[in-house]
Amino acid sequence: MKTLGYFPGCSLEGGGIELDLSVRAIAKAAGVDLREIEDWNCCGASAAHSLNHSLAVALPYRVLALAESQGLSEVLAPCAACFSRLKGTQVRLARSPELSQRMQEVVQRPYQGGVRILNINEFMASLLEAGLAQKLTRPLGLKVVAYYGCLLSRGQDIVTGDDAEDPKGMEAAIRAAGCESLPWNCANECCGGGFSMSKTGAVLDLSQAVLDEARAAGADAVVTGCPMCHSNLDMRQMELVKRRRIPGALPILYLSELLGLAAGLEPAALGLDRHFIESRGLVRGGV
Amino acid sequence: MSGTKEHALAKAARETAGVVLSECYQCGKCTAGCPMARYMDLSPNQIMRLAQAGDDAALERLLGCEALWYCVGCLTCAQRCPRKLDPAAVMDLLREMAHRRGKIPAAARKVLAFHKAFLDTVEHGGRMAEIPLVLRYKMKSLDLLGDVMLGPVMLAKRKLPLLPHRIRGRGEVRRIFKKCREEHRP
Repeated sequence: MKTLGYFPGCSLEGGGIELDLSVRAIAKAAGVDLREIEDWNCCGASAAHSLNHSLAVALPYRVLALAESQGLSEVLAPCAACFSRLKGTQVRLARSPELSQRMQEVVQRPYQGGVRILNINEFMASLLEAGLAQKLTRPLGLKVVAYYGCLLSRGQDIVTGDDAEDPKGMEAAIRAAGCESLPWNCANECCGGGFSMSKTGAVLDLSQAVLDEARAAGADAVVTGCPMCHSNLDMRQMELVKRRRIPGALPILYLSELLGLAAGLEPAALGLDRHFIESRGLVRGGV
Repeated sequence: MSGTKEHALAKAARETAGVVLSECYQCGKCTAGCPMARYMDLSPNQIMRLAQAGDDAALERLLGCEALWYCVGCLTCAQRCPRKLDPAAVMDLLREMAHRRGKIPAAARKVLAFHKAFLDTVEHGGRMAEIPLVLRYKMKSLDLLGDVMLGPVMLAKRKLPLLPHRIRGRGEVRRIFKKCREEHRP
């Protein structure tokens, strides 16, 4: 069994728990042993880099140093924001010996740069290559739109091997799940990110634009890999429906949930019962 | 900066954000792609222009604007800048300066309250914890009625842990916070 380091991140212990459940379930189905970094801390998210540039690097540095000292050379960070912070720090440290030196003093831990951070799209692609495709015996037959948002499409030297303006990193996995990925206009548009509570109006506007475009494309569901995107499109969608700003509800699924369903895993085991917008009806024979 | 003396903000932008301000030629692409520009009192390219000026009047305008607080961190401006500059990193720098100065525009106080509440929970237990985050945010922002029904629904959906996870290394994390606060920018 292949072992892979795992950084769930804080969201995946809370509002984004469905991403944790479905990533763990699909890893298990694919025969990958996820080893959680012991005693990991928050990556700092938007808050740290908004107020303190050192903290924004020091917090991910501790996580990278822990992973390295625990012998984890590859770490999956399913949350798009955690991935961006961890890999962004990795890239900056690799470029600047001065920064590495300063962080070693601040955090009081050594880090040699030997940890590779994977995002959810790279993880799914690697599982498919390693034989997961044969286990996807329940083609879902859905029309979906792949929603990369910001942090699974952008970040120079962070999201590598994909086109920031026309990302394709989810396409193979969506097809492997027996779904059609529809062309649409919002694949890499922003949902409003971390402003869900502090500038809710902007999140409602931006998320509505994404949902409107998804519906116009003819999608049965939006597929995402980011817990912030999921929260804004799923939880905040209730308000958009209530205020009649959108004509009806549109299910939002994590990419790992989509593959889990195609592997025949139980919707509840993947966390589908925890979404605000009902999505279990997407599976034939579902609720 | 051929022949002209580099002002303090230009130096800080170059050293801490890796941005040579004078290279911006005001094409406006950052603003065109910015999802938050419509909510901003100064657009990203206006911020870059004022930062290039860097005099007292420009700084006053920059440090007091709301726009600094509305950057969502989507990375679009840096992705599309034809000069490979990073306007969002310049905004990070200016926001940090504005925060240290302490005069935050009223409209942006909720954003600051959220960032602070978020970091408070991380400093306390090593990880962000949603229930304490929301309670702290409400106390700081006095936004007491917003989303009052979301908490119970999230609990019913089993999306929130009742007790926040506190890591063993939280003392270490607190020490990291302390050290990072002690560092100063111009």
